[in-house]
Amino acid sequence: MSSMKPPHDSLRFDLHLIASWIQAGSRVLDLGCGEGNLLEHLVRHKKVIGSGIERNENRVAACIQKGLTVLQGDINEEVQDYPDNSFDYVILSQTLQQVYAPDTLIRSMLRIGNKGIVSFPNFSHWRVRLQLLTTGHAPVTRQLPYQWYDTPNIRVITLKDFRRFANEVGYRILKEVAIETQAPNRQGTIIRVLPDIRATYGIFLIGS
Amino acid sequence: MSEYTENDIHGISSGIVEKQFHTTAHPPDEILLECGARLGPITIAYETFGTLNAHKSNAVLILHALSGDSHVAGYYTEKDEKPGWWDSMVGPGKGIDTDKYFVICSNIIGSCMGSTGPNTPNPKTARPYGLEFPVVTIGDMVRAQKFLVDALGIQKLLAVVGGSVGGMQVLEWCVRYPEMVTAAIPLATTTKHSALAIAFNEIARQAIMTDPNWNGGDYYSGSRPETGLAVARMIGHVTYLSDQSMRLKFGRRLQNKNDFSFNFDPEFQVESYLRHQGQRFVERFDANAFLYITKAADYFDLAEQHGNGSMVEAFSKTKARFLIVSFTSDWLYPTYQSREMVKAIKKTGQDVSFCEIEAKWGHDAFLIPNPRLSSILGGFLHRVFNETTP
Repeated sequence: MSSMKPPHDSLRFDLHLIASWIQAGSRVLDLGCGEGNLLEHLVRHKKVIGSGIERNENRVAACIQKGLTVLQGDINEEVQDYPDNSFDYVILSQTLQQVYAPDTLIRSMLRIGNKGIVSFPNFSHWRVRLQLLTTGHAPVTRQLPYQWYDTPNIRVITLKDFRRFANEVGYRILKEVAIETQAPNRQGTIIRVLPDIRATYGIFLIGS
Repeated sequence: MSEYTENDIHGISSGIVEKQFHTTAHPPDEILLECGARLGPITIAYETFGTLNAHKSNAVLILHALSGDSHVAGYYTEKDEKPGWWDSMVGPGKGIDTDKYFVICSNIIGSCMGSTGPNTPNPKTARPYGLEFPVVTIGDMVRAQKFLVDALGIQKLLAVVGGSVGGMQVLEWCVRYPEMVTAAIPLATTTKHSALAIAFNEIARQAIMTDPNWNGGDYYSGSRPETGLAVARMIGHVTYLSDQSMRLKFGRRLQNKNDFSFNFDPEFQVESYLRHQGQRFVERFDANAFLYITKAADYFDLAEQHGNGSMVEAFSKTKARFLIVSFTSDWLYPTYQSREMVKAIKKTGQDVSFCEIEAKWGHDAFLIPNPRLSSILGGFLHRVFNETTP
């Protein structure tokens, strides 16, 4: 009996973009690596030396079972133990909006890694703006699907905010891309015109 | 510890295995122990499972805990009621897959399950050593294991795996013979005993040594300190369980009665359970061996013994990829002790994975059939084998 497995190219659109920025053979740390889809892709196709940190036991077990190097723990604490420049890239994919001290975490990322890759849902998307304007309720979207009282997303971030945060924290934006994704089929497009309004996610490559 | 082992529900097992013996360190080439005494000859009881491949690159050494033995899986005869102590993990298609790996498990020296220990004859007197047996350390146990691995012609182990006191041996292997260890899986273990752990060991030792039959360790020709050893096991057993597991397993239920009898017979289920465990232990284990092994565990201190007090320095000697596993309800070697290892290994820049498994069964959780534990061990070993086998 054989089960239909999706091909590895079915990596989510935003993760595909992140993967395309990473040089083959580099050392990569994925913060909040989930079930290790990105890490597995990078290890297989880019021959990276990859590690991940994940809080959830089920996901950690799934990663280790796949043969990935993953630590169960809190990303804010776990980043502190690595020596300086342990990695070429430290990835924080769609997690920044859940981090209590984003400045501390980003500084740690750039201490232990040469470059950081940060992605997050764009809170200045037109649907978010429109919802707040027309309904007066805290916006609930496909990218941010929670009510205000049960959301793990304690930060609302826009692409502009992240650019301005660079001066505050002292990182440089080396590359950025704004995307619009359709979550279910893992497809997406790069948004070049009016990204602050039209993009659902932003992905930034940063360095110190 | 074998109280958990059950026959595989799918009937998958390593089949019939035979306990084998390797004798080494014959005088005048005795092994010089850490305590300064010389010991020899040394016999090591061991069992093997699966087949060593042509490159000799698929050997997995399993290290047992305090009361374990070389019988990690399978059966000695078709009449055996129960298989070896980790039969749920070791066997064809299991977490440690004997179709792929050549598995070795040996009895530690100082024990009483076939290897040289206080109950084996002292060649100088032809009587059991008793307390003339020198105090051995985790390091000494590992050195004895290396004799066996060398004799089997294996230059590099794919992995060393063990829980509890077996996990201490895993760590010792990594720092003592870094060139021989590709991967390490310390489970539910620690780099050093806490005062709490030493305290329970000392209470257990006192139970043995205050039994009049103990007789300074010289009891092999007369009555044995059975009461002391049974109490020692009862104490130990409590530390391997957890508040939750004991609540679920026993609660305050009474054994075969509804009312208190207002005397000191065993009434609560937990009381009769512990007495039963104590009795069964006495039938298979030697009181002096219990003293020696608990002492070795108390002395173990990886940072002191291998890193001048620094765990990072100790781990910087290793070249292994690590998979560290702890269990939420283990209060003997709590998760924070595993996290300290993880932290130190990260600081050395080495490869380490860590998982804290939610389990209500306390320290002994690593011995209980657990699909999650099996799958992560299987995935980790598979990866290490692929990475290192041409």
